[in-house]
Amino acid sequence: MEMEKKNLICIGCPLGCPLAVTVDGGQVTVSGNTCPRGDAYARKEISNPTRIVTSSIPVENGALARVSVKTERDIPKGKIFEVMKEIRSRRVAAPVETGQVLIENCAGTGVNIIATKTVNRRL
Amino acid sequence: MSSLQYDAVIIGGGVIGSAVARELSRYKMKVCLVEKGEDVCSGTSKANSAIIHAGYDAETGTLKARMNVEGNRMMGKLAEELDFSFQRNGSLVLCFSEEDRPALNALYERGVANGVPDLRIISGDEVRAMEPNISDDVVAALDAPTGGIVCPFGLTIALAENACDNGVEFRMLTEVAGIEKLEEGYRLLIAGKEPITTRYVVNAAGVYSDVFHNMVSRKKIRIIPRKGDYCLLDKEAGSHVSRTVFQLPGKYGKGILVSPTIHGNLLLGPTASDIEEKDGTYTTAEELADVLQKSALSVKGIPYRQVITSFSGIRAHEAGGEFILGEAEDAKGFYDAAGIESPGLSSAPAIGVYLAEMIAKAAGAGKKEDFIAVRKGIPHVAEMEKEERKALIKERPDYGIIVCRCENVSEGEIVDAIHRTLGARSLDGIKRRVRQGMGRCQAGFCTPRTMEILSRETGIPMEKICKNQPGSEMIIGDGGAEENGSAGEA
Amino acid sequence: MTQHDIVIIGGGPAGLSAAVAARKAGVQDILILERDSGLGGILNQCIHNGFGLHTFKEELTGPEYAGRYIKMAEEKGISYKLNTIVVEVTGEREITYINQEEGLVTIQARAVILAMGCRERPRGALNIPGYRPAGIYSAGTAQRLMNIEGYCVGREVVILGSGDIGLIMARRMTLEGARVKVVAELMPYSGGLKRNIVQCLDDYGIPLKLSHTVVQIHGRDRLTGITLAEVDENRRPIPGTEEYYSCDTLLLSVGLIPENELSKGAGVSINRVTSGPNVDDYLETETEGIFACGNVLHVHDLVDFVSQEAALAGQNAAAYVKNGGKERKGHLIPLTAEQGVRYTVPQMLNLDSMEDSVTVRFRVADVYQNRYIAVYYDDKLISRKKKKVLAPGEMEQIVLKKESFAEYPEISRIRICTEVE
Repeated sequence: MEMEKKNLICIGCPLGCPLAVTVDGGQVTVSGNTCPRGDAYARKEISNPTRIVTSSIPVENGALARVSVKTERDIPKGKIFEVMKEIRSRRVAAPVETGQVLIENCAGTGVNIIATKTVNRRL
Repeated sequence: MSSLQYDAVIIGGGVIGSAVARELSRYKMKVCLVEKGEDVCSGTSKANSAIIHAGYDAETGTLKARMNVEGNRMMGKLAEELDFSFQRNGSLVLCFSEEDRPALNALYERGVANGVPDLRIISGDEVRAMEPNISDDVVAALDAPTGGIVCPFGLTIALAENACDNGVEFRMLTEVAGIEKLEEGYRLLIAGKEPITTRYVVNAAGVYSDVFHNMVSRKKIRIIPRKGDYCLLDKEAGSHVSRTVFQLPGKYGKGILVSPTIHGNLLLGPTASDIEEKDGTYTTAEELADVLQKSALSVKGIPYRQVITSFSGIRAHEAGGEFILGEAEDAKGFYDAAGIESPGLSSAPAIGVYLAEMIAKAAGAGKKEDFIAVRKGIPHVAEMEKEERKALIKERPDYGIIVCRCENVSEGEIVDAIHRTLGARSLDGIKRRVRQGMGRCQAGFCTPRTMEILSRETGIPMEKICKNQPGSEMIIGDGGAEENGSAGEA
Repeated sequence: MTQHDIVIIGGGPAGLSAAVAARKAGVQDILILERDSGLGGILNQCIHNGFGLHTFKEELTGPEYAGRYIKMAEEKGISYKLNTIVVEVTGEREITYINQEEGLVTIQARAVILAMGCRERPRGALNIPGYRPAGIYSAGTAQRLMNIEGYCVGREVVILGSGDIGLIMARRMTLEGARVKVVAELMPYSGGLKRNIVQCLDDYGIPLKLSHTVVQIHGRDRLTGITLAEVDENRRPIPGTEEYYSCDTLLLSVGLIPENELSKGAGVSINRVTSGPNVDDYLETETEGIFACGNVLHVHDLVDFVSQEAALAGQNAAAYVKNGGKERKGHLIPLTAEQGVRYTVPQMLNLDSMEDSVTVRFRVADVYQNRYIAVYYDDKLISRKKKKVLAPGEMEQIVLKKESFAEYPEISRIRICTEVE
């Protein structure tokens, strides 16, 4: 059985507890945490680290040059750059509404890219 | 009939070159000014104490003394004619010990001999009655009410614009790489461009004036770049003193001065250190510390927390210590304005007249009848009375869009700076004309908007917008939607 | 002269929340003056997520957070003027503004709410030696160029200052293809949230160098590099620790300064520590009828607290207007910040007319572990609360209850301090 060890910094509060995580088979043990939030954070971070990605996309004929966007849900951390590559290749046409899906299933993550701002057509 | 392109070419668009250009433009001559930067006023003229000295510093009988006193005398009328900011706020030279009193007296005597009006020596208490923040250690001072403060950009740009309006051709981004003597006149070799031929050359190249002089003359001169660091404080500190406060001069110039600027900031500096690089306009930690420390000797309670920027300027110190003005002995038609260190800014109007008269006489050129003596500057909208400002915005709504919130500069003024004679082509060019970005946030808020206006008005693409000369591009390019935009590329 | 009940200067998160709260409190005639081309203020360029956990119980991006308040303001029919810059406020609450359509206009307000926000400290304030090339940006300027205008400011980046803006920009630039070589921090600790250190730096392998600063700028035209050095406990560079980094961009995230030039013009007294107005528990400045909230009052860590604070300013401005500007103050007690507490907001409390509870916000001077936050009424200890960790980057708060003063009618000051044991 392989044993995996990893050191993390808890992001729950300014204390920033140094967490030591050990994965032994299916068994995850966390030490160094001061509160249960540290334990939960470490377990998530070790098994399936995910992030929200935010960026912006050029808008054609928009009142603003760009619209800010985000992944609708968090995506696997390892997919960040693939998602960014797809976001960076896109343009959209005005108008754009907050919450509107701009890219479906971005980079095969199953997660959409949505607008976080409303951009009207240029007058 | 001469086949030369110009009667006179001036090398250098600093305050001296611009003053000579303006004075030469009174005559029926074909004149060109070449400047290696993207704008006039981009060397020593842009980074100095902005002081119009009264004229007591230079040794009696020298060109320095004569030009300074004359230039100071001319400045008031010139400021009215050319619409730049100038004020006679008066200067004080502080004496910190009884031992130094003879030196103070000598300065007074020299000033009187140089023809400086209204000088007097006053006691420490009298000084503090005039300027309450002057150090308690001051025992006496020289009071020179004709000393003044000026906008050095305003002065230089006004001279250049007026010269241009009177027919002088300005070529920016034009660097002289060599000078060849012709049978009559000179051929200037230009880096990357066609050469220029001229009967007369005016060498107003500041720290580089030795390079050009030495290309044509066997009597070599040597300019030593003398660097000085300054700190500029927020306008809130601007009224800490109302006069320009000097320390009794030492070996390396006039000590550290404390002065309000014409725009209401407080200026401290300069240091003086001789360096190798002619464009070594970098500040150093030691010198900045020196500025802060030494300024505190003169003036109490300077709010150092309010420093908004620091900068460094280079004075063109000639080894002989005197201005070199006039035709080079062994190079007919080559006129020097070399070694123009302090009080160069103060002397500029007088130097302009002195050299222009000399050259016009040699050329046998008469005066133009249609010389335009007056130039109107860009309106300072924020300084206007409310009613006047209202009326102006009604006429030109872009004077009602404030771009630079710290200095209250409107889009209209920025547009003016771009479109008038010798209009700005860089962010620094705009800044020097209308003070956009010179305030307490140091262009943090207004940079993006100003770049857009400059791009819109000139057609220069955003990624080519420069802080000053080419190579100082502000952005790398369009951030998005590239064909092969791969994240993490080198 | 046109009159308005409440004029709010600034349509960012503070101004919007104040407007919404003032309307809820029953004032109809409210006008927001906003200098930018849209409402929302700096949140528009803060496109990252992490906003609104306290206010909306979900994690929003800056534009989304702003969007919710803009929607509330619009639903309530609050009027606003865009592209309008206020050039003067007087102590008598006359406001002069400029815009393209109307030119220069002076209006009279019964109450003014200052909500102008803050600006970034520029390079000059640090006196970093060297040349002055292009490529040195305050982090917020770069953020605007990148997120709003869509320009790429540089390829190789060094960031000075590990406040949240600096950290956020490190990630942002990395995602947009730049290489962020290092984030340097003068202090021995970061001013940013732990979460941002992990998710903006660690995720991308960007080193954070604490107790380091930039000691030299290289490059005459465009930045070519910087020299970084370690600093000693007095924050002075240690000779021999210099390290050169080639880069075309230096971002500065070295502090925010409340922007109070208009306030000073109106004669409002400014606190030396916060650089914001001195206010009482109504968030009223010492100039009657002028209220302040948000980053113009003191620099906040979370926008949620800006919204809360601004709502209070809006309610109190509304009450002031409805009372016909009548004073309801009485016994004014100063709050003093002591022993590790840098300042408090408010700085004064109206003992006779205070609400049932008053929230006092403050920041500490250093990173402390296992310290108490103590409140004294004069020399009498009133409360003590243990905190595992206190950091200057985070705003702290305590709540003062009206009932707690019942036994101390003669109180002369309220002291807030940290204590070891």
